[in-house]
Amino acid sequence: MARAAAGGSHKEAPAAAGPRTVLAYLIRRLFAVLIMVLVVLLATFTVFYMLPKWAGQDIAVLFAGKATGAEQIEGIRTKLGLDQPVLVQFWDFVKGIPLGRDYANGADVTHCPAPCFGYSFVTEKPVWDTLKEAMPVTGALAAGAAILWLVAGVATGVVSALRRGSLWDRAAMVGALGGVSLPVFFTGMVAMGIFVHNLGWIHIEDGLNTDDSIGVWFETLLLPWIVLALLNAAMYARLTRATMLDVLGEDYIRTARAKGLGERAVITRHALRSAMTPILTVFGLDLGALLGGAVLTESTFNLPGLGLAAVQAISSHDLPVILGVTLFAALAIAVANLLVDLLYAVIDPRVRLG
Amino acid sequence: MTAPLHDTTADAAPTAPPETGGGRKIEGRSLKQIAWHRLKQDKVALAGGVTVLLLVLVAVFAPLIVSLLGHPPNDFHQEKLDPLTNLPQGSWGGVSGDYLFGVEPNKGRDVFSRIVYGARISLLVAFLAAVVAVVLGTLFGIMAGYFGGWVDSLISRVMDVLLSFPQLLFIISLVSVLPDDLLGLTGTGVRVAVLVLVIGFFGWPYVGRIVRGQTLSLREREYVEAARSLGGGSRYILFKELLPNLVAPILVYATLMIPTNILTEAALSFLGAGVRPPTASWGGMLRDALQTYEHDPMFMVFPGATIFITVLAFNLFGDGLRDALDPKGTR
Repeated sequence: MARAAAGGSHKEAPAAAGPRTVLAYLIRRLFAVLIMVLVVLLATFTVFYMLPKWAGQDIAVLFAGKATGAEQIEGIRTKLGLDQPVLVQFWDFVKGIPLGRDYANGADVTHCPAPCFGYSFVTEKPVWDTLKEAMPVTGALAAGAAILWLVAGVATGVVSALRRGSLWDRAAMVGALGGVSLPVFFTGMVAMGIFVHNLGWIHIEDGLNTDDSIGVWFETLLLPWIVLALLNAAMYARLTRATMLDVLGEDYIRTARAKGLGERAVITRHALRSAMTPILTVFGLDLGALLGGAVLTESTFNLPGLGLAAVQAISSHDLPVILGVTLFAALAIAVANLLVDLLYAVIDPRVRLG
Repeated sequence: MTAPLHDTTADAAPTAPPETGGGRKIEGRSLKQIAWHRLKQDKVALAGGVTVLLLVLVAVFAPLIVSLLGHPPNDFHQEKLDPLTNLPQGSWGGVSGDYLFGVEPNKGRDVFSRIVYGARISLLVAFLAAVVAVVLGTLFGIMAGYFGGWVDSLISRVMDVLLSFPQLLFIISLVSVLPDDLLGLTGTGVRVAVLVLVIGFFGWPYVGRIVRGQTLSLREREYVEAARSLGGGSRYILFKELLPNLVAPILVYATLMIPTNILTEAALSFLGAGVRPPTASWGGMLRDALQTYEHDPMFMVFPGATIFITVLAFNLFGDGLRDALDPKGTR
């Protein structure tokens, strides 16, 4: 398993990258993704099923919600298989993802179709339905913000590195430090206070639907995009500046200049290309984490994405939904990491997949 | 435009004197002396450091400050609210000489007192979580780097998993299933302990990665070989030879970790997974402000600005400390 090391391009022993080695690499990495997701699932399972038991709480009561009779609690216990050993429950859950699952208590059977990420007895819906509804919102939020912050952050960082010590550099770095010091939920509230409630420039739709027009989506997501991008752009500007300064000190940059290459080509084709490797590593983690639910941004702007679904599930003690979102988030992070590692090979000629 | 060329002989640099006025006799200085000298000249970092110090004092002497300048943090002052809207009377959220930062909408508690008491939770959780992360990270990082082999593989793999874990989701769900009484602690104590352990636990891989990398390069040095040839055991080499050389990067990282922890604690409190009300916390105040900020923006501005200033101060100080301790630095 090739690891996304902090330094970037540090990879396993180089090997000739024929189509077969790439395939073998892919299989190995997909296996690693699977392991990662299983580890997260097991950890989440432990939290939900073992911790309450150690602390002397009844899980069935937690699952049932607050005002439920003893008989219903026993029904839920049997139906969800909470009386089974944890490993059996774990296995049933894993099996349910590709095969679907039936929750049965005598004649009372609830069917949960194929990608079964669990069944919520609070909303009376399979968890997958909740995830499916929330995904477009989170996806749109993450994609828009990621484009904004990547462009703004990297551009700022590159210019700062090239004009090190200039007024621009100092101003940008002070601004970036300010940006990373701001909690996104505070910036979000300030932005909404000013642009929505005070100036009235933007009208925010309460809750987004797939039926809403693109214009509504755009207007509602505009502030969240900017607020989320602001925080990350600041981080990326700092990171880009630091790596660019490192790269610009390398011998091969001097070589490129010495052989008479134009400054633009030196910067974009030689320096930036190599500086992008560590930036991509972080970008993969960040984008993956965001796709699993931008908890804070979604809560601040009341956007019905995965993060808000999880937060609402927590207040209604809807454990299956929390479990589903956490699992989906882990999957998103693992897959994003895999894609980034594949991208390395495209960007950095030193990297060989092997 | 010339590219800056880094001095690659990093280990020679710490003994070189910094560029102070000409004509002085060259004398050996320890890294500590050089760092302190550089830090004293970095006005921005010093300002950050002083702010941090002030904030720590505010947190420590919170009861005294509140008894002098405010009202008890959990006292309700309904008479300060407009009976119709439940918003503070007067402009700027009810700011006055008596209520320095105004009063809370709906409840009428003194915002200043709650911010002062909130500093205790925020700084306590951030400091202790950083300690947990640094201890675990140093221990595992140094072991991974020094022993290599399967120890390294195992620890590195665990760090990878933790780094790509959906942390915030996991923490809020963890806090939501934990009972109120745990390990003999009750109330605020439980939540503080849980926050410290959880934030620290997810923080250690960041420290661990850095310590591992440093250890990997340090263990090949001659002095380690010398210590080994003189019969030093692994424990001696790890803690007496390697650890002292790791103190600088660990210190820098710990300083830069505190602001991140402050933001995490605020985020968790904002989501309702922090300390339980009525205990005051900055994130919790912003959570309350989310309901009323359209009508009473000041109640949102004070805790938000406090978080911003605190985190910025720690970041400025941490950045300055890093520059000062950097052996490649030229200042």
